[in-house]
Amino acid sequence: MSNQTIMEIAPDIHIRKATKSDLPAIMAFDERSNKEANPNYWQEMFARYGDDLNTQLFLVCESGADIVGFIIGEVRDWEFGSPPCGWVFALGVRPDIRLTGVASRMYATLCGFFKQAGADRVRTMVARQNNDFHSFFRSQGMMAGPYVQLEKEL
Amino acid sequence: MKLQQSTLLGLYAVLELARTEGGQLSAAEIANKFDVSINHLAKVLRTLVKANQLQAVRGVGGGYRYCGNAKRTTLMAIIELFEPVSLEGFEDRDVAHATDVEAGLALALTEISEMMQATLRSITIRTTLKIIHAWEKQES
Repeated sequence: MSNQTIMEIAPDIHIRKATKSDLPAIMAFDERSNKEANPNYWQEMFARYGDDLNTQLFLVCESGADIVGFIIGEVRDWEFGSPPCGWVFALGVRPDIRLTGVASRMYATLCGFFKQAGADRVRTMVARQNNDFHSFFRSQGMMAGPYVQLEKEL
Repeated sequence: MKLQQSTLLGLYAVLELARTEGGQLSAAEIANKFDVSINHLAKVLRTLVKANQLQAVRGVGGGYRYCGNAKRTTLMAIIELFEPVSLEGFEDRDVAHATDVEAGLALALTEISEMMQATLRSITIRTTLKIIHAWEKQES
């Protein structure tokens, strides 16, 4: 029931910062998950978040020689008057090893980074219909925050 | 949204039994804890057994045991065993034949309904147990 139990189920994995050479593997399993290749998006993501800055982090998870997951986040300062907080805005785990604790481990690592960077809160945004992501973040203790996401067609 | 008494009892029973992690409780013990009639609870428990959420243990010292998948079963799945999830009265309206006022209001109510359903679909039994555990810790 505890996070400790979840971690014991996870395969032998190693979490580290992403390098450019990880992109083909990330793109491959992201394409399998989303049924759509998006190389430009990933090149741009790496260009923006792969740098060694102390407010953003692009992590990958390795199991043996394989990349099995990724997570990207950054600390945003005083957005709409909100004190600095961590934002998780991309997460993926290879479908065949989901529910083994890989995402929980990456999320915990990213939250540790956010804390070190001075944030005391973490936020994310999920599609209403995306039950897997929504349930995952709920399982990490995340709940509805004080902000509501609004949009309008232009 | 106001949940019916049977629905609430269903949620209470599932959570109370799931938190025992393989243990069992009698209908009387559950009824006593939530201060409800055992007859009413018995009906609810039968529904949960039929839905493979609980297992009835027969014989002396028998009772009920949680046998669902706490990591995959959501609050919505339990609620829907007892009642449809909707904003009371709203889903019964035929929006295509509504007035402009009704249609405009329907958009706002749809937003609320979708948010509510997405929330109930995202919270599993296991996540709810974590919330209960955190609350207990805070209270002590």
